[in-house]
Amino acid sequence: MTGWWRKNPWFVRYMVREGSALFLAAYALMLLAGLACLVHGEAAFNAWRAALATPWSVGLHLAAVVIVAYHSITWFQVMPKTAPRLPFDPRRITWAGWAATIAVSVMVVALVAWAR
Amino acid sequence: MKRSSEPLFWALFGAGGMLSALIGPVLIFITGIAVPLGWLPTSAMSYDAMLALARHPLGALAVLAVISLFLFHACHRLLHSLHDLGCHTGTTARLLFYGAAIAATALAGGLLWFVGF
Repeated sequence: MTGWWRKNPWFVRYMVREGSALFLAAYALMLLAGLACLVHGEAAFNAWRAALATPWSVGLHLAAVVIVAYHSITWFQVMPKTAPRLPFDPRRITWAGWAATIAVSVMVVALVAWAR
Repeated sequence: MKRSSEPLFWALFGAGGMLSALIGPVLIFITGIAVPLGWLPTSAMSYDAMLALARHPLGALAVLAVISLFLFHACHRLLHSLHDLGCHTGTTARLLFYGAAIAATALAGGLLWFVGF
């Protein structure tokens, strides 16, 4: 039973997609730890930020960006399949989702870059 | 017929999936890569800036939504992946996974409440 999905590339991609949940859970818990440090005080919060700047942390976040981006791509690919019959090309939903993600990402980066 | 809790968890899975699809990659990039490496101003994640975010009602709501919905999404997906991997996922596994997401939500809410407005 174990490893059945390795025999078919479609199922390998499926499992990679499901694996994005591990990274999302870890990221949410990491943010929760940051929030706890923030409540604890400035020294604790700065220690949390120092931990974020270690090569291990940056490497793991790099992997997380790639796999969560894959979740993002597949999320909008699947979305039209969950919708009822549509009066337009269902692929438009996928494209709109991808466009929205890119637009939101650019806006958030710009906000962080310019809002001091 | 007993009412199932499945639609509720499925809705939370969907909300978390949507939120993480839209802002997941950029959030991880900013907090985990760009700010730690100094590509974006490190002052953006300073103690004062993050405290101000946590004390702003909308900021607190955003922080709670990200932590809680990401976890509800992830726990639902992991629970169903365990089944795919051949693990038996009964009531205990459900309680454990959804319980973890509920506990983390309560903790985040409590911390945000404690930090004040």
